[in-house]
Amino acid sequence: MTQLVDIRDLRVDATTDAGRRIEIIKGISLTVAEGEMVALIGESGSGKTTIALSLLGHARDGCRIAGGSILVAGQDMAKLSERERAKLRGTVVSYVPQSAAAAFNPSLRVMDQVIEITRIHRLMPRAEAEARAVALFRALSLPEPERIGARYPHQLSGGQLQRLAAAMALIGDPRLVVFDEPTTALDVTTQIEVLRAIKSVMRGTSAGGVYVSHDLAIVAQVADRIVVLKNGEVQEEGPTAQILSAPRHPYTKALLAAFRPETVPAQPAAPEAEAAAPPVLEVDDVSAGYGWVPGRAMPLIRAVKNVSFRVERGRNIGIIGESGCGKSTLARTIAGIMPACGGGISLEGQRLAPLAAQRSREQLRRLQIVFQSADTALNPAKQIGEIIGRPLTFYQSLRGAAREARVDQLLDMVQLPRPLKHRHAAELSGGQKQRVNLARALAADPSVILCDEITSALDTVVAAAIIELLRELQNGLGLSYVFISHDLPTVQAICNEVVVMRGGEKLEQCLAMQVGDPSGHPYSQLLMASVPRLDPSWLDGLDHHPQLGRAPPG
Amino acid sequence: MRPQALPSRRPAFRFNLVGWVSLAIILFWALAAIAAPAFAPHGVGDMVDDDYFGPISWALPLGSDYLGRDMLSRIIYGTRYTVGISLAAVLIACTTGVVLGMTAATAGGWLDTVLSRGLDALSSIPSKLFGLVVVAAVGSSIPVLIMTLAVIYMPGAYRFARALAVNVSTMDFVTAARIRGEGTRYLIGAEILPNIIGPVFADIGLRFVFIVLLLSGLSFLGLGVQPPNADWGALVRENIGGLPFGAPAVMAPSLAIASLTISVNLLIDNLPRKIRDRSA
Repeated sequence: MTQLVDIRDLRVDATTDAGRRIEIIKGISLTVAEGEMVALIGESGSGKTTIALSLLGHARDGCRIAGGSILVAGQDMAKLSERERAKLRGTVVSYVPQSAAAAFNPSLRVMDQVIEITRIHRLMPRAEAEARAVALFRALSLPEPERIGARYPHQLSGGQLQRLAAAMALIGDPRLVVFDEPTTALDVTTQIEVLRAIKSVMRGTSAGGVYVSHDLAIVAQVADRIVVLKNGEVQEEGPTAQILSAPRHPYTKALLAAFRPETVPAQPAAPEAEAAAPPVLEVDDVSAGYGWVPGRAMPLIRAVKNVSFRVERGRNIGIIGESGCGKSTLARTIAGIMPACGGGISLEGQRLAPLAAQRSREQLRRLQIVFQSADTALNPAKQIGEIIGRPLTFYQSLRGAAREARVDQLLDMVQLPRPLKHRHAAELSGGQKQRVNLARALAADPSVILCDEITSALDTVVAAAIIELLRELQNGLGLSYVFISHDLPTVQAICNEVVVMRGGEKLEQCLAMQVGDPSGHPYSQLLMASVPRLDPSWLDGLDHHPQLGRAPPG
Repeated sequence: MRPQALPSRRPAFRFNLVGWVSLAIILFWALAAIAAPAFAPHGVGDMVDDDYFGPISWALPLGSDYLGRDMLSRIIYGTRYTVGISLAAVLIACTTGVVLGMTAATAGGWLDTVLSRGLDALSSIPSKLFGLVVVAAVGSSIPVLIMTLAVIYMPGAYRFARALAVNVSTMDFVTAARIRGEGTRYLIGAEILPNIIGPVFADIGLRFVFIVLLLSGLSFLGLGVQPPNADWGALVRENIGGLPFGAPAVMAPSLAIASLTISVNLLIDNLPRKIRDRSA
């Protein structure tokens, strides 16, 4: 059988600042047959996107295809000139980027961008191209397929743009489509729509596909074959079912293990004796929002509406919802970064002032927040030791050797090697940065830590290790976490109770393991059902789900 | 986890030839300013040539000026004024501008508004006219010159620093410091300044060049450094009569101004780059 894609011994180099060349793809061979969907899976830095881009004959800045051959439909992308490659892009091989929102030109109508490929390659007259685009929009279940092309990118949602990006890639009838993490930036419920659209449209064509992702469950839904990558090398390769059920390589096993957290916190109910003590954090009827207008009591847009919950000592509460549900605003309100416009927040029985600047140093110390993006949460100009040491000096007046000793202790607690304290944040990996972030919060010796999406930017395996660390720390320190996330399984792995939010309102609060029970709120059930499962038939099975089921084609 | 390479304590730098040459020229002028009496072959006011606008010779490497004084010595002594006044002015302008800019960016609210609008108004006055008016009103002395130049160039430094600081102050690590309860002084000194210091240094250099040019301009108009002392601008003015004769006395100070300003500019464009090699 002839292969659509035949990569042999591909090597890609990158040049470092110092002028050294390092190999980032170390001799990879893989094939894709006609009509087959192959998934490349691995953590960040494993080289999966580099390989995907090399299929288009492209290497990112500072990178260079150093050796090997990349046969796509019989042509070697590595050897062609840039002009010859440009001829093939869009017609033979096309690309769906990770962030479609960033890939569209905000000042052009989407139709002009979708049919651009037909114009560049002079494939067909405009009217024909538009008709074809509308057919694709319909196949991708976009709303109002006849009219959606006349809109501008800002008038469309992230999920719609992602599907339009797929339409853009498919309009030239390519033989190979490269999907680069097309659903990573989307909410779970939107992700399902996009996945379904991609899957059905790819089934309808004879084109082959390469699907890049770090999420094994997503890949399980769309791929025929899975290639597991790490450090620029193929670790394991096989049919989807085999990789999922009988992984051979330790790294694949770790990926699968990270997907199913093995332990779940028990002790559902608080001991009766402690029930009398004031809760460690009490959020009472809090509202908050943006757009303060002088003379009005309420901000123009209320992002959080009358939310209440309590956190008992040593217990964790999860706040879950999709983007725009107000969960991060709630965290910022609790932390005093923005003021509440109604209701009150109490810490260990003490009422807190709305803004951090008005709270006492002791109150600030006991309530710490860990931010989502470890890249921006650590000062790039400072050494790690200084970053962790500052709260020690600030709250506890520790200096000199005493402070150094405590910094070492904290690094041990978050399981980082001590010499790391002389490094800068830019020299650390994502997981290490998030540990430093956590260590800075722990340095204050808090009673509550607000964790705002702290694992969202991390790879599955790294995120699982962070969750494990949080759990260990809690056992030793009697901490409570308020854990904010859009990822239900992560929240369930660490929290006793879960608050489900939508549109700024609290829909329900229940024990973590009961989220999505038939007795609960329908939205919680929808969220639960939208969490991807490793079972390859999960996505197709959803057609029969009462809320997620596909409307009959009409 | 990837093997822990030993962190190298001293980061490597890359510095190109243009940078080295510019640095050498700047150091040369700095040395000339500091050790003027040691370098200058003659006293600043000594008349050593029988002729005026004398040509280049072994005894007088840059010729003589309109009174027959040694031009080389006059330029070396002039360096003190040009470099000294400009340096003092740029330091005052940038220090106050950067501190106010960072404070405005961190504090926000009315303080930011008042400072920004006030300094906008100040920077809307043409700089040469402002200098002329002040010097004409108060009279020319070195402290007046320094303060005038500093006031003229402060709003620019403020705008620049504020723009940089606003970007940094929206980062999560500044928010983290804020909700730790840190005061404004710590926020600007420890969190913001280290992250904007590179561009700020570049801005200081550029502003130094502007000040040298404005000072030379004022001196050329006769409002700068007063005789018998002379900075480079004043030297050009004194000897402008030599222009028809092609006297070195008028070329030399002009070349001095050009060499200093161009070198500073080139040095800023070619500052040593730290080599960040994360995979090392």
